[in-house]
Amino acid sequence: MTHAAVAAPGTRFKKLLRRKDDHGGAPKLSPLWTFVAWLATLAFFAPVAWMVLTSFHQEADAATNPPTPFAAVTFDQYKLLFSRDITPFLLNSAMASVLSTILVLALAVPAAYALSIKPVEKWTDVMFFFLSTKFLPAIAALLPVYLIVKDAGMLDNVWTLVILYTAMNLPIAVWMMRSFLAEVPKEILEAAEVDGAGLLTVLWRVVAPVAMPGLAATSLICFIFSWNEFMFAVNLTATKASTAPVFLVGFITNEGLFLARLCAAATLVSLPVLIAGFAAQDKLVRGLSLGAVK
Amino acid sequence: MHDHAHRTPKTAPPPVRIRKSSGTAAKWKRRIPLLPALIFTIVVTQLPFVATLIISTFQWNILRPGERHFVGLSNFSFVFTDERLRTAVLNTVVLTASVVVISVILGLGLAMLLDRRFAGRGLARTLLIAPFLVMPVAAALLWKHAIYNPDYGLLNGTLNAVYRLFGADNGPTVDWISSYPMPAVVISLVWQWTPFMMLILLAGLQAQPGDVLEAARMDGASALQTFRHITLPHLRQYIELGVLLGTIYVVQTFDAVFTITQGGPGSQTTNLPYEIYMTMFRKYEYGEAAAAGVVVVLGAFVIATFALRTIASLFREEVSR
Repeated sequence: MTHAAVAAPGTRFKKLLRRKDDHGGAPKLSPLWTFVAWLATLAFFAPVAWMVLTSFHQEADAATNPPTPFAAVTFDQYKLLFSRDITPFLLNSAMASVLSTILVLALAVPAAYALSIKPVEKWTDVMFFFLSTKFLPAIAALLPVYLIVKDAGMLDNVWTLVILYTAMNLPIAVWMMRSFLAEVPKEILEAAEVDGAGLLTVLWRVVAPVAMPGLAATSLICFIFSWNEFMFAVNLTATKASTAPVFLVGFITNEGLFLARLCAAATLVSLPVLIAGFAAQDKLVRGLSLGAVK
Repeated sequence: MHDHAHRTPKTAPPPVRIRKSSGTAAKWKRRIPLLPALIFTIVVTQLPFVATLIISTFQWNILRPGERHFVGLSNFSFVFTDERLRTAVLNTVVLTASVVVISVILGLGLAMLLDRRFAGRGLARTLLIAPFLVMPVAAALLWKHAIYNPDYGLLNGTLNAVYRLFGADNGPTVDWISSYPMPAVVISLVWQWTPFMMLILLAGLQAQPGDVLEAARMDGASALQTFRHITLPHLRQYIELGVLLGTIYVVQTFDAVFTITQGGPGSQTTNLPYEIYMTMFRKYEYGEAAAAGVVVVLGAFVIATFALRTIASLFREEVSR
């Protein structure tokens, strides 16, 4: 501390700047704490690692006591899964998630525009209305939704899931997109209008470049939540429209327990979200907190 | 819950002034982009709730189709006196509180570590968020069969390997899920939610102005003092956000209970969502299920009031920026 105080003023100033802008300049962890950090990391990652490892083993090597992590590697479990028709379930999941994500964006982007760039009166009330629907536990809506869907002859239909997932994710998407659109500099918008630029030009030239990363983050979050959804899927679908999580649960009860194959299925269905999540880690934070945290 | 929203504009002016001169036509032009989303949300989320309210006043079991009739509030008196439901409420509180509290504490610890530089920090962060990204049903099955299984699960397997290492014949064979059902569910959920808390708290730590920390260091504050008097107050709103978002999601836990314990043994791990599901699809008591659903919504409303207050404070800060 004393040596920092006597150092040339310029050095300290540079240090402050670096700490502020670049977190790579953060203080270093001591070797002991580095060890603790890695130990905790590996403890949290161990179940995932075990799942992936087991998925590449034969059943005989998967269910041993004590465990045999270094048994021979095989792709048999994955081959079996595809020959046991996991494909339609994955397609249903992909269809429900992608279509509802598109629908959510189509509804949320204009709404977010009306709540940030050209805000309607009482826009904060509208924002809180959207959010309050997230607090209604989905289970309380399951019964009426089930009855309505049954009466409409829409049980076991992917479009039912598309609509429900859209409703589930729309409030989150509105909040996220609003927080991203709110970052479009007002001066530039006004300048563009003064210059006589039309709405489409403004949207394309000014709003889109700022909002694109936000759009990507919002799609990612909506996709993850839809892909992982289980309660509606298991209660509203039967044979034609079942999604990946329903496959997972059903295949345990139907075939008894095949640990290696279970791990392969679990790995396979988690893979799209794992890849997307790893690729967009920083965006994930802001998305998960509805844009409240940057 | 809308009162916060009304207050918001008073404490902080909205970022863009809405021109007073704009007429009705201009107002509608502003509203049009909002309407599809608003109408869709009202239709798909509010109408079912109205339907739930109506169904909750009926005696309605689909196994006895001719006997559907209006019973007023008697389903509610059943809900409030039923022992199974009381257990479910208690289990929901225990489950939610322990998952949220433990994962916030662990998440804070991990975030503090990851806020510092160390070898492989980026990789560690990536590995740490994996539990949150694994499909919840897949995670629940993984914990149930690959980790907790008494005969070939990783937990007993590892214990056994360690026992053999020290010369003993065999390790203990513990049936984790039957012996410790609630901790088994809680641990698997803590594993899933800790990364979520870590991400939010890490974002909070990294939003900390570096010069304040530097100044504290200059003034000779110890690491503990800096944490207690600067970092913790700064993190407060991030912790609140994590707790509230976590609570909203964990209260609704269905996948883990459905998969790991089916609410059992007995009703030791039956939480409200699972109890309502059972009333609906196993007992077919629609009226009771709806009444329980209404009670859950009222409970959620209480949590939501606190949640909205916290989020409104974050929101106000952003608006005034």
